[in-house]
Amino acid sequence: MSCFLSKYADELAKNAAYIGTPGKGILAADESTGTIGKRLSSINVENVEENRRALRELLFTAPGALQYLSGVILFEETLYQKTASGKPFVDVLKEVGVLPGIKVDKGTVELNGTKGETFTQGLDGLAQRCQKYYEAGARFAKWRAVLKIGPNEPSELAIQENANGLAMYAAICQQCGLVPIVEPEILVDGPHDIKKCAEVTERVLAACYKSLNDHHVMLEGTLLKPNMVTPGSDSPKVAPEVIAEYTVRALQRTVPAAVPAIVFLSGGQSEEEATLNLNAMNKLQTKKPWSLSFSFGRALQQSTLKAWAGKEENLKKAQDALLVRCKSNSEATLGTYKGDAKLGEGAAESLHVKDYKY
Amino acid sequence: MSAFVGKYAEELIKNAKYIATPGKGILAADESTGTIGKRLSSISVENIESNRQALRQLLFTSPNALSYLSGVILFEETLYQKTSDGKPFVEVLEESNVIPGIKVDKGTVEIAGTNGETTTQGFDSLGARCQQYYKAGARFAKWRSVLKIGPNEPSELSIQQNAQGLARYAIICQENGLVPIVEPEVLTDGPHDIQKCAAVTETVLAAVYKALNEHHVLLEGTLLKPNMVTPGSDSPKVAPELVAQYTVTALRRTVPPAVPGIVFLSGGQSEEEATLNLDAMNKLEVLKPWTLSFSFGRALQQSTLKTWGGKKENVGKAQEAFLSRCKANSEATLGKYGGGSAGGLASESLFVKGYKY
Repeated sequence: MSCFLSKYADELAKNAAYIGTPGKGILAADESTGTIGKRLSSINVENVEENRRALRELLFTAPGALQYLSGVILFEETLYQKTASGKPFVDVLKEVGVLPGIKVDKGTVELNGTKGETFTQGLDGLAQRCQKYYEAGARFAKWRAVLKIGPNEPSELAIQENANGLAMYAAICQQCGLVPIVEPEILVDGPHDIKKCAEVTERVLAACYKSLNDHHVMLEGTLLKPNMVTPGSDSPKVAPEVIAEYTVRALQRTVPAAVPAIVFLSGGQSEEEATLNLNAMNKLQTKKPWSLSFSFGRALQQSTLKAWAGKEENLKKAQDALLVRCKSNSEATLGTYKGDAKLGEGAAESLHVKDYKY
Repeated sequence: MSAFVGKYAEELIKNAKYIATPGKGILAADESTGTIGKRLSSISVENIESNRQALRQLLFTSPNALSYLSGVILFEETLYQKTSDGKPFVEVLEESNVIPGIKVDKGTVEIAGTNGETTTQGFDSLGARCQQYYKAGARFAKWRSVLKIGPNEPSELSIQQNAQGLARYAIICQENGLVPIVEPEVLTDGPHDIQKCAAVTETVLAAVYKALNEHHVLLEGTLLKPNMVTPGSDSPKVAPELVAQYTVTALRRTVPPAVPGIVFLSGGQSEEEATLNLDAMNKLEVLKPWTLSFSFGRALQQSTLKTWGGKKENVGKAQEAFLSRCKANSEATLGKYGGGSAGGLASESLFVKGYKY
């Protein structure tokens, strides 16, 4: 093969395929300490370890919710945390068939000479870190590359640097037994239309898969986490069916069938928008050799967070809100979502923050 | 889109999809004058226009054979030829719902500084030529790029040159209404094993699809004509199931689902080998978002040629031989080939070292 067959090859393929199980998806709960701080402050909760732990316990023990998840992405701190009764989060997840994942990138840095374009750091010592994470129970990893649309963006430099970074990260993960989620996020910021987003997405994804091939990554043991193809944030919205058409077409033109699943990021979409768009994609009658699912952060947690507001007495309400979103998105992966989800407060709220930094 | 959507977009998509119809495939009858000369001389027939015309007439008027074909690739001379009753070959094909195609490359030339690696020529006036061919009834084109496996081959230079060449040819075709068949043939010559062929094929195909993306080629209006993944010619053969597995894996890793069909070249395989391998691929229980069919030259015509021997009285029998191979390959595209349509002739290896079209 042109791909490097790591000793973990079979396990990687098995885990990647499992994460793509129809009806399931990923909860992205890997907000860094700084980022989770912003979320907590939005509900007037102090950003201390106990509160971060409490929030994640709320999520991971929500009754009935985890059956709709195949994986949860964790931040490093969370990988080693436990429930209040002392059970490691990793065990809580594994017991219900949810694979623990780990964010391994170390954020973005500006590319010199560009107009605010970035590359992602985190390659130093990555292999050692991955080995440690594997020992701690992680079975997949995530690395976020970011590109933007502008008059001269994304530049060829930004595309190449980010594609290359993703490919190197992916190859290292596979050598250490972690399924790499490849995430080339094209920010929604801007006044561009959906055609422009489609064009850029196709160009970026083509570069990613060329790089992955160059770096001998085994596609069967990877996942893709792309943006949906939508109009820019300063442009009029379009129907979910239109988003579905443009998105799936872009993927058909760039993502090889060997990739078992595509797990979309939600960007700045509201919880309901993200679910409706995912649903429309799964209803589309066209060639889709990969399953289409979710890897949502904000779009799974927004109303949960608001319902919780940091108060223990709101625990049940908050967990119910999470269950609603998980179930809705599960149905969306099957194209059976009827849009009748009991909308929690904030489910229709846009989660777009300009120039969003994790 | 990142794809060029010109005035022919819908037609290209429709034609590419039609060519990829399950149960049908392509007859590659586009041998250049020089190459067909070799074929004719192998059956002691003189290489003159009337004999070239007679051979193609034999093929295109074979009773019932055309129902198994969705396209025929022609050489320029043939595009303008007629039957002995005066009917243009193009019409003969169109009447049986077979789309005429045209070879548009002008052969390979060596890349200086490499160890016998080549690039393909044919860009001069390609657009204008395509327009002419479209007027004459052609609706798809073919351009053959060649790569070889060696200790240091294929080189990055050769891969890039050929990928860029294929992409440039493809977009020019699409601008002029012809569905481009993209053919990056990795020659079978050599002592390498099937894993090596797989690795090279994957690398080459990844480069080709990157180039097609850069050149804004509309993938839904293209077809791919790759080699099957096999051991080298100097290596022991393997079972069709293995060829199928390695080949389909390589394609799943590199060919975007937007491509409607993959039509294999037969390389030096015998008629029967090629059919068995194609059949094994279609029997494989794995997700394949493109149809897998044939674009065979030698592997469809070999026993037909021998049976004909250039003699009028053999035409009927030769046409039966041709029908037999067409039907066998049609079944292979559906994974329903039962074997046994091989005469002794069908099992003869057609491998010629360093084969030049």
